[in-house]
Amino acid sequence: MSAAVETKDQAHHEDGDHHGHSPFQAHHFETMQQQFDAGKLGIWLFLFTEILMFSGLFCAYLIYRYNHPEVFLYAHKQLDTTMGAINTVVLIVSSLSMAWAVRAAQLSQKKLLVFMLSVTLALAGVFLVIKYFEYTHKFDIGLFTGRSNVMYQLQHPDESDHNRELYDSAIAAEHEEEAEHKEEEAHAVAEAEQEDEHPDEHSDSHASSHGDSHGHGHGGPEQFLDAPRNTQIFFGIYYMMTGLHGFHIVFGMVAIGWLLYRSIRGDFSSEYFGPVDYVGLYWHLVDLIWIYLFPLLYLIRS
Amino acid sequence: MSDHSTNHSDDHEHGLSHVMPLSILFGTFLALLFFTGLTVFLADQHLGEIDIWIALTIATVKAGLVATYFMHLRYDKPINVLLFLFSLGFVALFFGITLLDSEQYQPQIQEYYESTTTVTVTEAPAPAEPAAE
Amino acid sequence: MSTITPETQTATGHNDDPSSNYLTCTSGFMSWAFTLDHKRIGVMYLVGIFAAFFLGGVLALMLRMHLLVPGGLFPDWMVSLDGYNQLFTLHGAVMTFLFIIPSIPGSLGNFVLPLMVGAKDVAFPRMNLASFHLWVFGAIFFLIALVTTGLDTGWTFYTPYSIETQTNVIAATIGAFILGFSSIFTGLNFIVTVNTMRPPGMTWFKMPLFMWAIYATAIIQILATPVLGITLLLLMGERLLGIGIFDPSMGGDPVLFQHFFWFYSHPAVYIMILPAMGIMSELMSVYSRKPIFGYTFIAYSSIAIALLGFLVWGHHMFVSGQSPMAAVIFSGLTFSVSIPSAIKVFNWTATMYKGSINLATPMCYALSFIFLFSIGGLTGLFLGALATDIHLHDTYFVVAHFHYVMMGGTVIAFVGGLYHWWPKMFGVMYNEFFGRLFCAVVFFGFNLTFLPQFVMGSRGMPRRYATYVEEYQIFHVLSTIGALTLGIGMVGAMAVLVVSLFKGRKAPANPWGAATLEWTCTSPPPYYNFEHAPHVDSPYDYSDLKYDAQIGGYVKDPNAPKKSGSDHH
Repeated sequence: MSAAVETKDQAHHEDGDHHGHSPFQAHHFETMQQQFDAGKLGIWLFLFTEILMFSGLFCAYLIYRYNHPEVFLYAHKQLDTTMGAINTVVLIVSSLSMAWAVRAAQLSQKKLLVFMLSVTLALAGVFLVIKYFEYTHKFDIGLFTGRSNVMYQLQHPDESDHNRELYDSAIAAEHEEEAEHKEEEAHAVAEAEQEDEHPDEHSDSHASSHGDSHGHGHGGPEQFLDAPRNTQIFFGIYYMMTGLHGFHIVFGMVAIGWLLYRSIRGDFSSEYFGPVDYVGLYWHLVDLIWIYLFPLLYLIRS
Repeated sequence: MSDHSTNHSDDHEHGLSHVMPLSILFGTFLALLFFTGLTVFLADQHLGEIDIWIALTIATVKAGLVATYFMHLRYDKPINVLLFLFSLGFVALFFGITLLDSEQYQPQIQEYYESTTTVTVTEAPAPAEPAAE
Repeated sequence: MSTITPETQTATGHNDDPSSNYLTCTSGFMSWAFTLDHKRIGVMYLVGIFAAFFLGGVLALMLRMHLLVPGGLFPDWMVSLDGYNQLFTLHGAVMTFLFIIPSIPGSLGNFVLPLMVGAKDVAFPRMNLASFHLWVFGAIFFLIALVTTGLDTGWTFYTPYSIETQTNVIAATIGAFILGFSSIFTGLNFIVTVNTMRPPGMTWFKMPLFMWAIYATAIIQILATPVLGITLLLLMGERLLGIGIFDPSMGGDPVLFQHFFWFYSHPAVYIMILPAMGIMSELMSVYSRKPIFGYTFIAYSSIAIALLGFLVWGHHMFVSGQSPMAAVIFSGLTFSVSIPSAIKVFNWTATMYKGSINLATPMCYALSFIFLFSIGGLTGLFLGALATDIHLHDTYFVVAHFHYVMMGGTVIAFVGGLYHWWPKMFGVMYNEFFGRLFCAVVFFGFNLTFLPQFVMGSRGMPRRYATYVEEYQIFHVLSTIGALTLGIGMVGAMAVLVVSLFKGRKAPANPWGAATLEWTCTSPPPYYNFEHAPHVDSPYDYSDLKYDAQIGGYVKDPNAPKKSGSDHH
């Protein structure tokens, strides 16, 4: 359940007669201020529940990273830092546009409000699109969760025929590569005997023959033969964390979409802008969580 | 607790709550961009063990900016800030004790690891070796 | 703007009939299913949770019957060993998630809290309705699990078995997840209501203690339940995606699951007991006609229990593989949480001293509570002490302990509170004789069921076992006889209330002479609760109420001396 349900509570008054109250004041509140304050406290409490919920995932991350740093060091290279950074910027801009939308609502600037909400919504969409590309890229090279993960399968060739075939073909591919490199090296040595002023070529080809996935464009499963044991755990954690975060982006988009509809309808003004404020707070929390996810997942260098 | 007013520095009208000036919005935004760039840059500098602490510190600074300005905590009732920090305290509690416990029984898990091997693990490098960049 | 189009009494143009109340002002399924009235929501919760209690009770009786003989009473084709696992799992899951956690907050809390605060409703009526709807959805998922494959993991869902079992863990975890949100919404609502909707004059230390208790409960609901949510999501991830973080064969850690699970589930038991303690404070004061002893201590200890309850979850894991260091820390901290509970028991008892005791049915339940909860609490110390727990863990001693606190505590207080507020909720008085009679039956049956379990547990009878050796049979037989008696008692207690709906005499506004605000409106209240905002007074000062025999209840005494202010110590 998302903030969408909760913010609806601050909506309209059912009664026909308003007794001089704003039409948006609910009958059980004495004043608009009380209603606003109640809603504010309510959304903050909801945000605390979200923080506690994500904390479970961060705890799992913490435990595993602390006890198996090699797994994280190895696996994070499969994540594209650039895309992650772009997404971080996307969310930061969307936070700005959301905060600006709240301000616009408070100042009864309807057109600006509608514009800002649309921008926020669009940016959220961009985030999801980038996520989509990240995920599909991983799926392409077999980085699923658990037993479907190519690294797991390479480490457990006896578990199934598929795994055995995969393992065998990966070993074969690796041998082929080594053979190719030996040939190249032999050539390079021959060349070097003639031209002594380019020692760098040697170290370059050496580095790339160590199965470093960045160096090669092959992308076959053989690149994962040197994965530490149980590296698939990283991907389980990665998908759960970013997946749950992604769900929250979607919920947020629904809520913002609803706000957009209401703003176009003209509901919000300096007298009544609670829902915009509350959804805004939710959106900032989604941004906050990503602010932590980004370095923890994408920037593990040592 | 059931008092209704308590709005601090209202730049604009005395409405239901404080309105954020554009300058602060943009200032916060630029600071966030700066820190994002900084953390990406620093990540590639290979500062060793303190890498993660630096990254987390920068993340916390960014989070603080978002919370204080975008989320209005600076201009809200102080109780909201207290509650926010309070809930983080619980998170810390959860992490701390769980981590403490799991660290303690790692030796048993290592034993189990060593006694159960799979084909490839014996070929793979020992866990302590970080892959070279 | 929403699919919920409330057809509440407010929308139908105010029923002006002075004899109409929240029950009669509108009728029809839709007016209940989509009501925004906290009172109606409370009544619907009441019906729902008692249905769940009944289901859980039937499962319990099947268990107890099966345990009459060492080999199991029912033949294998009826209750196999696997089937037995399903029985105790479903009994636990239904009772914990569907019944006891929502029980008092959802029914009595919802009904009474806004009235106690002199308000027209809770802060977020729509969220309140959503909370109830979520309860229904959660229940449906549990029923799906029940009728498809059942569930045999134990209500605690420990991994790795819960990852491997073929039973419908997914349906049950979805159900529990949804119920978690129901709980969160209720707690959120109550915190905001207490924070922002108290009337002028009702400062924090002039609130009735039931409100303090509900507030402390809500804090736990907000902070702990989400962790259960993520634990269940991760379990679903394990089963559906095989992520492996709890599965040792994938490099995962089953003890981590337990840490996650108990981080919620221990505070959850305080969600269960705190509202019951709140009811106790009300009952003890009203039926002794004396201000509660040590108001401030009780208020603070409610918050203390809520907070300290987060520090002790590892005491469920002493033999799980948790490290000795953590075990020692948790054992030490566990002792601390018993202190505020003990303070409360002393204070309730002291309230009775030199009071004018009225042994109405609610008071009988309250006195039962003191006895039963004390036993439950004291036996908790044996379990909290690391050394003795090694011997007692996973035996019937544990089963007896938690039934004493949960049933002997929460359920007893709940029924007592139900009897206490029944005249307010439905405008009828129940039959005192049968009310007290069935209280005695419940008390007797309960002790007969669970006292023998302490004995056999300390002698080594393990819990969750379908069969056992000869030497334990006498205890099992006594326990089963007790269970049947208890069942009769509970059914009887409920019957007394139901019968009162048809045959009870009309209730006055204040039959018990209580001083909290909910007693100032009519019984039952009108849909809008109060004609005018009520005047806030001390919640435990009875000096200005006198009994009026004509209406069979208490009214404000116009000749009573004016009070200056409240004094609470």
